[in-house]
Amino acid sequence: MTTITFIQPDGAAREVVAKPGESGMQAATRAGVEGIIGECGGSCMCATCHVEVAPQDIGRLPPRDDIEQEMLESILTDVPEGSRLCCQIKLVPELDGLVLHVVEIAG
Amino acid sequence: MSIERIVIVGTGHAGTQLAASLRQDGYAGAIALIGDETDLPYHKPPLSKAFLKGGEAELQLLRPEEFYVKNRVELMLGRRVAAIGPAEHRVALDDGSTIAYDRLVLATGARPRLPALPGIDLGGVVALRNRADGLMLRAATVGAEDVVVIGGGFIGMELAATFAALGRKVTVIEAAPRILGRAVAPQISEHLAASAVAAGVRLLTATTLRGLEGDQGRVSHVVTANGERIAAQVVVVGIGVLPNQELAEAAGIACANGIVVDRSFRTSHPDIFAIGDVASYEHWMAARVLRLESVQNATDQARAVAKSLLGMPADYRAVPWFWSDQGDAKLQMVGLSFDADEHVVRGESGAGSFSVFHYRAGRLLAIDSINRAADHMLGRKMLAAGFSPPPAAVRDLSVDLRALAEAALAERAAPVIAGA
Ligand SMILES: Cc1cc2nc3c(=O)[nH]c(=O)nc-3n(C[C@H](O)[C@H](O)[C@H](O)COP(=O)(O)OP(=O)(O)OC[C@H]3O[C@@H](n4cnc5c(N)ncnc54)[C@H](O)[C@@H]3O)c2cc1C
Ligand code: FES
Repeated sequence: MTTITFIQPDGAAREVVAKPGESGMQAATRAGVEGIIGECGGSCMCATCHVEVAPQDIGRLPPRDDIEQEMLESILTDVPEGSRLCCQIKLVPELDGLVLHVVEIAG
Repeated sequence: MSIERIVIVGTGHAGTQLAASLRQDGYAGAIALIGDETDLPYHKPPLSKAFLKGGEAELQLLRPEEFYVKNRVELMLGRRVAAIGPAEHRVALDDGSTIAYDRLVLATGARPRLPALPGIDLGGVVALRNRADGLMLRAATVGAEDVVVIGGGFIGMELAATFAALGRKVTVIEAAPRILGRAVAPQISEHLAASAVAAGVRLLTATTLRGLEGDQGRVSHVVTANGERIAAQVVVVGIGVLPNQELAEAAGIACANGIVVDRSFRTSHPDIFAIGDVASYEHWMAARVLRLESVQNATDQARAVAKSLLGMPADYRAVPWFWSDQGDAKLQMVGLSFDADEHVVRGESGAGSFSVFHYRAGRLLAIDSINRAADHMLGRKMLAAGFSPPPAAVRDLSVDLRALAEAALAERAAPVIAGA
């Protein structure tokens, strides 16, 4: 079982239990986490699933692929290390305990 | 008259986003969201990809179920709107009941067009639009070896890639000389065709069909105009869609390849609006009447019509964008390339990372990108701002286009010094 936590800009935390094979965006939208919209359904096209990975968890995630990297560079002037589009984060069991901060969408 | 009751017909991307946007914009009255599908509103694009891959992959919902309760959206699923009474301000449902509205929004989408071919009614022939079609396709594919896709458009090419990945023998039949011919630049067609072929897809362009043959009511072969018989236990049709405009037509609302709307998405009847795949409008970027079929078009129009329904200023100037995931190949498009007279390539098409910039009389109209997400995203910004990078700069990979565009836009934003 993979349980992850989404933290809102105001500090409110919400735990979500992921279903096998789900992405961070899918788990969040299924649970109705505020601020994660997932408009493109996970095709890395809309950036409405933007999160900031908690510093302690950054190293646990596989690196961004080119498209995610370029999308992030396009919406942010500097891309912080923890910035991710969470539709690209597959919630494998090893990611149990992951903490993601919901950030407001730029632009 | 104050607006107390908004009725939305269609629970697709457009209708569902409208319900959300109305609440976000502070509307406090009643919202009824009526649709003939029985599922909670869901994402359509995965139907041609993930939904077919997993044996029991679930729908990806647009909003969780609680959303409708929390936002007081009266969701009426499995109900078909049979008629509109514009004078009475009422819609009639298929069970004979009626519902009153102050404003009505038609977000009825489109449905697949079927070719007039002998045998098109055979079992195993599916046109994909909704979950019911997806389930049918999934069931038909079990045990099938040969799949024929009629139509090399976006959905057809996505399906071809999906079925090839599932180990099926796939043939795509396209009448035009190249796939996606109406939508993208030739270099893009070529790249996507090559990647389909590399995935094992047989691509027959400039090919038409004589008909379909069956065995005990199920399709067994398609027959091309030259007489080649191609085995097929499943045939998927993807030759385009027809707008679901009949409901509006019957109510006397003006239609012409879709329900005709003005810049605030109002139909020829002042209290009735239309958005999404069904809406036909004069696009601010192309100065021509058109109907777009995309998630972006559906959701951005929903956001805009929410504002016009609530009497807020709503000048619709969204830049259209679209994507198509075809196996490992990803196409990203921004803008409208219809009227282009110059096509400039950035990157190397052979290397599988390039964009085609479409211009008309030196003005940037659109960008199609393969594995160049940065060009795509920059395109959204440049087109929104009306900035056209010089073609020579686009061709030259050593030019930092983003820096160029940002400098130009910053200069524009700078205050003009009087008398200077
Ligand atoms: C397989 C597939 C893949 C796609 N891939 C992409 C993609 O990658 N990217 C992209 O941008 N777009 C894609 N699209 C297109 C996108 O899904 C559509 O543009 C979008 O769904 C349009 O939204 P809509 O709300 O206007 O219409 P729809 O989503 O079609 O919704 C209309 C709804 O209204 C209902 N309805 C119609 N008439 C009535 C009535 N009289 N009473 C009650 N209900 C009624 C319909 O049943 C339907 O549920 C894809 C579409 C399909 C089918
Ligand atoms: S859901 Fe659209 S980019 Fe992640």
